[in-house]
Amino acid sequence: MSRQLEFDIFRYNPQDKGSVPHMQTFVLDETENMTLFIALNRLREEQDPGLIFDFCCRAGICGACAMVVNGKPRLACQTKTVDLPEQITLLPLPVYQLIGDLSVDTGSWFREMYQTTESWVHTNKTFDPGAIEERMENEVAEQIYELERCIECGCCVAACGTARLRDDFLGAASLNRVARFVVDPRDQRTDRDYFEIIGNDEGIFGCMGLLGCEDVCPKSLPLQNQLGFLRRKMGITAIKEIFRK
Amino acid sequence: MQTYYSDLLVIGAGLAGERVAVEAAQEGFDVICLSIVPARRSHSSAAQGGMQAALGNCAKGEGDNVDVHFGDTVRGSDWGCDQEVARLFADAAPIEMRRLAHWGVPWNRVVPGKSFYFKGGEKFEKEEKEEKRGLITARSFGGTAKWRTCYTSDGTGHAVMCTMDNRCAELGINVFDRKEAISLIHDGDTCTGAVVRCLRTGELEVYLSKATSICTGGFGRIYKATTNAVICDGGGHILAHDTGVVPIGNPEAIQFHPTGIVPTDILVTEGCRGDGGTLLDVNEERFMNIYEPEKAELASRDVVARWMTHHMREGKGVKSAYGEHLWLDIRHLGDKHISTKLREVDEICHHFLNVDPRKQLIPVRPTQHYTMAGVRTNKDGAVYGLKGLFSAGEAACWDMHGFNRLGGNSLAETVVAGGIIGTKIVEFLKGYETDFKTSLVAEAVRKEQDRIEKLRSGANGKENVYKVREEMQDALMEGCFVFRNDAGLNKCIETLQGTLDKARKVSLVSDGLGANHELAAALKIEGQVKLGLCIAKAALERTESRGSHNREDYTARDDQKWLNRTLAYWRDGADMPELQYEEATPGYEIPPGDRGYGGGSIIEADKAEIEAKMFKK
Ligand SMILES: Cc1cc2nc3c(=O)[nH]c(=O)nc-3n(C[C@H](O)[C@H](O)[C@H](O)COP(=O)(O)OP(=O)(O)OC[C@H]3O[C@@H](n4cnc5c(N)ncnc54)[C@H](O)[C@@H]3O)c2cc1C
Ligand code: SF4
Ligand code: SF4
Ligand code: FES
Repeated sequence: MSRQLEFDIFRYNPQDKGSVPHMQTFVLDETENMTLFIALNRLREEQDPGLIFDFCCRAGICGACAMVVNGKPRLACQTKTVDLPEQITLLPLPVYQLIGDLSVDTGSWFREMYQTTESWVHTNKTFDPGAIEERMENEVAEQIYELERCIECGCCVAACGTARLRDDFLGAASLNRVARFVVDPRDQRTDRDYFEIIGNDEGIFGCMGLLGCEDVCPKSLPLQNQLGFLRRKMGITAIKEIFRK
Repeated sequence: MQTYYSDLLVIGAGLAGERVAVEAAQEGFDVICLSIVPARRSHSSAAQGGMQAALGNCAKGEGDNVDVHFGDTVRGSDWGCDQEVARLFADAAPIEMRRLAHWGVPWNRVVPGKSFYFKGGEKFEKEEKEEKRGLITARSFGGTAKWRTCYTSDGTGHAVMCTMDNRCAELGINVFDRKEAISLIHDGDTCTGAVVRCLRTGELEVYLSKATSICTGGFGRIYKATTNAVICDGGGHILAHDTGVVPIGNPEAIQFHPTGIVPTDILVTEGCRGDGGTLLDVNEERFMNIYEPEKAELASRDVVARWMTHHMREGKGVKSAYGEHLWLDIRHLGDKHISTKLREVDEICHHFLNVDPRKQLIPVRPTQHYTMAGVRTNKDGAVYGLKGLFSAGEAACWDMHGFNRLGGNSLAETVVAGGIIGTKIVEFLKGYETDFKTSLVAEAVRKEQDRIEKLRSGANGKENVYKVREEMQDALMEGCFVFRNDAGLNKCIETLQGTLDKARKVSLVSDGLGANHELAAALKIEGQVKLGLCIAKAALERTESRGSHNREDYTARDDQKWLNRTLAYWRDGADMPELQYEEATPGYEIPPGDRGYGGGSIIEADKAEIEAKMFKK
């Protein structure tokens, strides 16, 4: 079965003064059940130990390994080489700051997002260790979990036209994060509070609704539904705001 | 050189690390957390199954309480655990699950009414009570008397990790990612922080703190086949062990799982076998029924892993580009079962193997899964040997798992221990003052700079770090895996001594600049080989079989000689670890007895001695 694969990989190490951005070609024999995780590690161990890329869980659950594979943002660990042609082009995700070669700084981006969206349950209740838990309908719990499945891989943001044009755009992952707290009955924030965060062009009104985000999400999150849901909710809040004045 | 100060430095931002951090930050202390990857990518988020706490809300959990949970934990540990610690754990677990609910975890809840469940492929009915509606529910897990495992659909670790990290953001805790601690700053008595390599720039940084906590997870990656993330490589253990005064507790206690897929060793659930899946060899013949006529594929984790290894040794393994393996067959379970009950397995087969489990076999092999071994602490989480140093989570040997941890007990440990040890750190910090000696800091940094310089310039030799690592991994797979025996362990030690020599002669092929991975690997290779030697040496000395530690030449559990815990020290300049022993537990609530599974005989301890050590209630 063995094919020879040709990898065209983006190279640039900002910490090396002599480094200039360029593409470099590597050749590797394909083995059975090869994924990009296996291929890239072999390239690093056997051909170029300076190659920079990120993997963590290597099982499609942590979101560390997103990169642009033949033009599409996706998780490298769950990309099998048999599903790709012999020529494979690998680029780092756009939008995020480059760390080196295929590695980008999603960590700083998402941490900033937690602060802007205040990504935690807002409540004035205090925890009582002696009491039993507050009840919740299982359906509600599952609904919250469905929106919490985001692994912060950054694919949706990388695929988003608006995010590429303006770097202050919150992006689908952030808007989905807000939706997660909107549906959580434990969070006491009102629509007006959420409007403060996302009721503008950097937020929900900047989204062009072109679906790029949902197409690439490796966890198949219902991003379009959430964006629509928030747009309606925030639209109504906006109208109410006008009449309050 | 950038220097950061804090009251508490937490090395590791998985569930254990962040839970410790939260406890101290809530009390107004200044906390910094470090992590190799963004916190939510920590291995904690990979746990799908769930976490144990005796809430007793669901129908099959009725009658459960903290005493039953405690008993399961002690039996599970094969009486290797500290019973005081297991008690602290079982008692606090329900409160901790409720606290998580308060912070935002979307636990699955009790839905009243009738429903079906499967056990060993058979269908049963249960009915949930109306009065329990909306309380936290639980599922069944191996080794427990009651359904006790709290969960959020198929992503418990992920959901709890999100909530914990949100809580850190709310409290304004500095969680710095892409930071790898590479050595501790200490004077042989007191720890005052760490030297850290920034994985964005490659620069060294200094973190000074009154208290430091190691929460860096397990070290499965020193084995070739492991279910662990690539960052679970022992970095934290090496920091502590390198000081020469901190022991690794029970290094020989390593857990193996029967079904990691080949090549990448991603875990496929035990549910496959539970629902009727079978294991096949190179001739596509079943073999578990030969070795275990009664339970066959349904025998416990360690037992199945042992027979699989045995069968491959008999030459019945399937050869592949990634080494030998066996087959898992779930074809006969049918499309409906696979696409509903085993959806996750179906997805793994599709994404990583290109296999349709309805029509094709799944390549599997026993795989390293969990390290009960760890940085030895007392019941307050304080590390032996250094003041101001603590440890929690999988990195620690706190020791509630003894020689075998139960499914669902480790994720629960991270938050329960994190809470308890966090409180103890707060007590420690109150009124504590320390000195940051500039000469000590400068010396620690200079040592690391020197190490890096030598690796870059090739001053030590010309060994390739990836080759050395492979030699270590192969040696451990060969001699220190599921089965251990005198000849294999001696050979393993001999090989690893050669490997240690090579590890000391590694140099870089690349320039080592910036976020360079080769440098990260080179900085820890010597420490990893030492951990490997600790496992092998401790396993050689322990002439009995207990929990996951299985000696083919000493098959009985020997409570007369081995009701104790190994402490492995690595003294400065030594070539082998120094082993010491301490009692497994200060006393007994449950005297040593039969685990109830796994077979094997027991050489009983002196009855009067045990009686004298029973805790009076
Ligand atoms: C596939 C799989 C499934 C599992 N399922 C379950 C389950 O269902 N139930 C259960 O109870 N248990 C389960 N476990 C076990 C459980 O997930 C782990 O034991 C637990 O999550 C460990 O948590 P931790 O906080 O101790 O460490 P981790 O979550 O591993 O976190 C370690 C942290 O330390 C950081 N770190 C490491 N080294 C350094 C360094 N040198 N400098 C700075 N930072 C560092 C990492 O970046 C990370 O943030 C499973 C394990 C695996 C492998
Ligand atoms: S739908 Fe909105 S968020 Fe999604 S890609 Fe398009 S512009 Fe971006
Ligand atoms: S929403 Fe989907 S694509 Fe976007 S970061 Fe989350 S998991 Fe990735
Ligand atoms: S490495 Fe975790 S998703 Fe790919």
